[in-house]
Amino acid sequence: MKPATDLPDRRTLLNDLWAIQLEKRHISDQDIKALAEQYQLSEVEIEGVVSFYHFFHRQPAGQYTIYINNSVTAMHSGMGAIIAAFEEATGARIGQTDPTGVFGLYETSCIGLSDLEPAALINFQPFINLTPQKVKALVWQLRRGVPVEQLADPIPQHLQHPLPPDRAVLLRPFLPGQTLKPLLQLDPEEALSTLEASGLRGMGGAFFPAGKKWRMCREQPGGEKYILCNADEGEPGTFKDRMLLQYLPGLVIDGMIHAAYATGAAEGWIYLRGEYRWLLPVLEAAIKAYYDEGWLGAQIPAKTPFRFDLHIQLGAGAYVCGEETAMMNSLEGLRGEPRVRTYFPVERGYRQKPTVVNNVETFAAAARVIELGAGYFAALGTPQMKGTRLLSIAGDCERPGIYEIEWGTRLAEVLDWAGATSTLAVQISGPSGQCIDPNYGDRRFDWDDLRCGGAVTVFNTQRDLLQILRNFSKFFAEESCGVCTPCRAGNFIFTRKLDKLAKGLGRADDYLEIQNWSNIMRQTSRCGLGRAATNALLTAIENFPGYFTRYFNPKSAAGAQPFDLEAAVSDYRQAVNKTLGTIKTD
Amino acid sequence: MAKAVSIQIDGIEVQAEEGQNLVDAIRGAGVFIPSLCYYEHIQPPLGTCRVCTVLVNGKPTASCTATVKPGMKVVTQTKELEDVRKGMVEMLFAEGNHFCPACEKSGDCDLQGLGYRLGVTATRFPHLFVNRLIDYRPERMVIDHNRCIRCRRCVEEVRTEAGKAVFSFVNRGKNTVVAIDYGAESELSEAEALQAMHLCPVGAILVRGKSLARPVGERKYDQPEQGWRKEEEAVDVPQPKPGAPKKVIATTSLAGCFGCHMSLLDIDEELLDAVELVAFSKSPLTDIKAFDRRCDVGIIEGGCCNSENVEVLRAFREHCDILIGVGECAIWGGLPAMRNFIPIEECLLEAYGRTTELEDSKVVIPKHEDLPELLDRVYGCQEIVRMDYFIPGCPPDARHIWKVIKHALFGQPYALTHEEFKYD
Ligand SMILES: Cc1cc2nc3c(=O)[nH]c(=O)nc-3n(C[C@H](O)[C@H](O)[C@H](O)COP(=O)(O)O)c2cc1C
Ligand code: SF4
Ligand code: SF4
Ligand code: SF4
Ligand code: FES
Repeated sequence: MKPATDLPDRRTLLNDLWAIQLEKRHISDQDIKALAEQYQLSEVEIEGVVSFYHFFHRQPAGQYTIYINNSVTAMHSGMGAIIAAFEEATGARIGQTDPTGVFGLYETSCIGLSDLEPAALINFQPFINLTPQKVKALVWQLRRGVPVEQLADPIPQHLQHPLPPDRAVLLRPFLPGQTLKPLLQLDPEEALSTLEASGLRGMGGAFFPAGKKWRMCREQPGGEKYILCNADEGEPGTFKDRMLLQYLPGLVIDGMIHAAYATGAAEGWIYLRGEYRWLLPVLEAAIKAYYDEGWLGAQIPAKTPFRFDLHIQLGAGAYVCGEETAMMNSLEGLRGEPRVRTYFPVERGYRQKPTVVNNVETFAAAARVIELGAGYFAALGTPQMKGTRLLSIAGDCERPGIYEIEWGTRLAEVLDWAGATSTLAVQISGPSGQCIDPNYGDRRFDWDDLRCGGAVTVFNTQRDLLQILRNFSKFFAEESCGVCTPCRAGNFIFTRKLDKLAKGLGRADDYLEIQNWSNIMRQTSRCGLGRAATNALLTAIENFPGYFTRYFNPKSAAGAQPFDLEAAVSDYRQAVNKTLGTIKTD
Repeated sequence: MAKAVSIQIDGIEVQAEEGQNLVDAIRGAGVFIPSLCYYEHIQPPLGTCRVCTVLVNGKPTASCTATVKPGMKVVTQTKELEDVRKGMVEMLFAEGNHFCPACEKSGDCDLQGLGYRLGVTATRFPHLFVNRLIDYRPERMVIDHNRCIRCRRCVEEVRTEAGKAVFSFVNRGKNTVVAIDYGAESELSEAEALQAMHLCPVGAILVRGKSLARPVGERKYDQPEQGWRKEEEAVDVPQPKPGAPKKVIATTSLAGCFGCHMSLLDIDEELLDAVELVAFSKSPLTDIKAFDRRCDVGIIEGGCCNSENVEVLRAFREHCDILIGVGECAIWGGLPAMRNFIPIEECLLEAYGRTTELEDSKVVIPKHEDLPELLDRVYGCQEIVRMDYFIPGCPPDARHIWKVIKHALFGQPYALTHEEFKYD
C-alpha cells in the first residue's frame, strides 16, 4: 500500500458510494465507471471497495432495504419467525428483493440492539421487539406509503444499573461542555498527567492505558495529528456505545476535545458504524451545538488556546473496520483491511500521521476524569483496573440493558441484577471473548479474570452451545477481511469442522485438531480478528467438557472415521431417479 | 549505509543492518525461513501469507513485516513454530484447488516448492473444494482463481502506464478473491504481462501461449540446490531373517488411474529383492480378489468416488496393520476431484447424455443394485479411515514408495531426495 498521500485523495469515496446506494438502491456498472473516472482509479479498485462493505449492493436492494440481525441473541429471540414473517409480508426471499423490487430482505451481523431483539433495520431506521404480527402491520404501512422514519421505534436508554452518585463515572448528569470548564484551566501537560494518574485504560478491548497513548502521540514530531473515535461497535452483543452516542453525545465530544488539547491534534473523526446511521441526526445536532458554542471550529480560549474540528464518517457494514488500522484505511476510502504492524497508529496512523484512536467509552471516561479528578476515578475499581465499565447485558435474562459496574464486581452479582436464572453459559466480550460457566468459580470483572470488552451475553439451559458456536464461526468467516491466510481460510475451515460435529461425525482427535488449528490461527493472524476467532470455541470446550463429550466420540478414534455413506450417495440416488430415461440429448 | 547492529537469532548473536527487513536478516545469518508473499521492494511489506512467522521478543510476528532493531531477540526454530508455518502452507493447499500435475507452473511454483521443502505430504485440513473461476476474459492473460494464494503482489505491483491498478482484491472474508480489470489489462504490453506472470508465486496468472516455459527436469524446483538438502541415498535392503515369514502386502486402486501401481513396479532390479521380502495378498498385481490372511501393509492408490471404494477401503483398514496412501488421489482426491465442483446430475448427464450423438434418444443412466453408487464428491482416504502414511506424487517416485514401505515394515530410516518428493 502506498502512503495515502501518494494516492489520489479518495477520502470521499465512501460518502459517494453511500449517496448512490441510498438514491438508486444499488451501485451500477455505470456508477462504477463514473467513479473510476472521477477518482482516476481503475474500475476493479472501485469494485474492490464496493464489494468489501455489506451495505453497498451491486444489484438493486429494494426501495425498502430490510436488514435482519443474525446474531445469537437474535437467533434465540425468534429471528427465524421474523424472517419468515418478512418473507411472507413482502414477497421477498431472504438475500433478495421481491419481484417488483420494492422490498429487499437481507441478513446482517449484529446491529447493536441485542437488548431489544428481535430487531431489524429498514432503510437504516431501527425496529425493535419485533413479532410476526408487528412485521405484518409494518409492511402494510410501508406499502401504504407511510415514511419509514415515522414508523421507526424510539430506542430507550435502557439503563438497568446506575451506580450511586459517589461512585458513578459515566452515568451521571451531564450538560454539553460541562467537562470543558475544568479542562481549560489546565495546560495540555497538566491534562495529560491527570489522565495518566487516573489509570484509565482503553475500553475498546485491548485496555491500553489511555494517558500513555495520548502522550506517545503528543511526543511525535509534526503538527498534523488526528483524533479518531472508534464508534464501530461491531462485537456482537455490545451496545453500550450506542447508548453513549445517543444519550451522552456531548460527553464523547468533550473527551475528543480533551484528546485534541492534550496531543495537539487539530482534526478528528467519529467513525460511526453504518448500522447506527439512525444516530446521525443526534450526533450532527450535538456537533453543531458545539460549533455554535465555539467549542469546536474556532480558537478555543484555553490556557494554551487551540483549534479542533470534528467530523463524522459513516462506515458501511464491516465488523473488521473496528480494528483501528482497518478503520483508518476505511476513512481513507480504501477496503477496510487492517494494516501490517510496521508502525503504531500514534506514530503513523490516519493519512500516515500520528493518530489517537480510542473507543467511545474511553473518550467519555477521559472527560469525566478531568471533571471528577484523577483521584476520584483511581479510587474506584481494583488495583489493576481503575474506575468503572459499561456492560451491555443481553440474552436470557429478565433485565437486558446497560449496567455501569465498578471493576472488581462479581459476575454472580451482575447476573443476579440482570435476573438471569437457570444460566448455562455466559459469553464474555462477544464472540471474540470467552464462553464461561457461571456456576463454576467466583468470577470477577478484573484484569486477570474477566477482562470484559463490554458484552455479557447470557444463555440459559435450553440453549445449544454448538449451535451458538456455529453462529460465531460463521460470523468470523463472513467478517474476516480476507487479507491473511490463517483468518480467511482458517475461519472457513472451522465452519466446516463445526458442521461436521453437528452432523455427529466428530471423533476424539477432533478436539486435538481444534486446539492445533486454533493455535496456528492465533500465532499467525495479522490482526485480532483472526487471533481471537476461536476463543469462544476453545473456552467452551474447556469449560463444558461434559457437554462436548458427545461430539468427540472416543469410540471412533481408531480405524474407521465416522463417515455417512448414506448421506454421501443421496445426491446420486436422487439424480438417477430423476433423470433416468427422461432427459433427451440436445 | 545503514548501521550494523547486533541481534539474536535462535540464541546466537549476529550482525544485521538496522531497519533491514527481518526475513533478509534471518537469511543473511544462514537460517532458513520460508516466505511466499514477501517481495523485496514492496513497502510496506504485504504480510498476507504468514508463512514466515517467527517470535520477535517472544511475540509471534510475520518476519517480513518486521525490521531489524538493535538487541531484538528472534526465535525461528522451535517445534511449535515449524508446525505453525507448515500448517500455513497446508492451509493454502486446502483452501485452493491445486491440481499440480495439470498446472503450468508446476516445478516453478513457490507454494509447491515450499510444500516439498517443509515435507507436506498431506494437509491436516479438509480440502474446501470451492468452485472457483478460471477467467478467460482478459486479452493476454488467463487468471486461474483455483491457484491464487491472495499474496497481493499483483495488486501492488502491476499497474498501467497511467498508474492504474490492474488487479484488486474484491469481496471479503472467505469469499475474498483477486479480480482483474479487463480495461487496464488490455493496456499492458506483452512484456508487462509476462512480468505479472513471473511475479505471481503460483500459477494463477498465465499469459496465453507463454506459460509452458521449461521442460521437466529444468524447472526451478527440479534443481537440488533449491533449498533442498540432499541426504544420503540408497537404503540397504535388509536380508530377511532365515526362516522368518515373509511380510504380507495387499494393494488396491480405488478412484485412481493405476499409475501408482505402475510406479510401484518401476523399481527395476530391486523388485527382485522385494519379492524375497514380501508376499502379496489381495492385489491387482496378483489378481487375488479377497483377503486370504492378515496383512502387514495395505497400499492404497486413489481416493473414494463411489460406495464400493468406501467398502474396499474399510476392508483394507480392517485387514491391514499399516495403511499407506500412495499418490495425490489417495491423499486428497487428486485429479478425479476435479469433478467435486460439478453437481452430480451434471456429471451423469455429461457422461451418459451429452456425449451421445443420437438425436432424441433417451438418456439411460445405468442403475443396478450391483453397480456402485457415486458419492457426492471424491474423498481423500483420510476422510473415510485412519491412514498411517502418505506418499505424495502423481505418481510418486518408485524409490520413494519402496523406501516408505520398507520403513513401515522393517523400521528402517528413509532419507528422501528432492527428486523423489513431488506432487506432479
Ligand atoms: C476485529 C476487531 C474489531 C474491533 N472492533 C472495535 C470496536 O468496534 N470498537 C472499539 O472501540 N474497538 C474495537 N477494536 C479495538 C481497536 O482496534 C482499538 O484497539 C481500540 O479502538 C482502541 O481504543 P481504546 O484504547 O480506547 O480501547 C477492534 C479490534 C479488532 C481486532
Ligand atoms: S486476521 Fe482476519 S481480519 Fe485480521 S487482517 Fe487477517 S484476514 Fe483480515
Ligand atoms: S504448481 Fe503451484 S499453483 Fe500449480 S497447482 Fe501446484 S501448488 Fe498450485
Ligand atoms: S494472482 Fe498470483 S500474484 Fe496475484 S494475489 Fe494471486 S497468487 Fe498473488
Ligand atoms: S512472507 Fe511474510 S507474510 Fe508472507
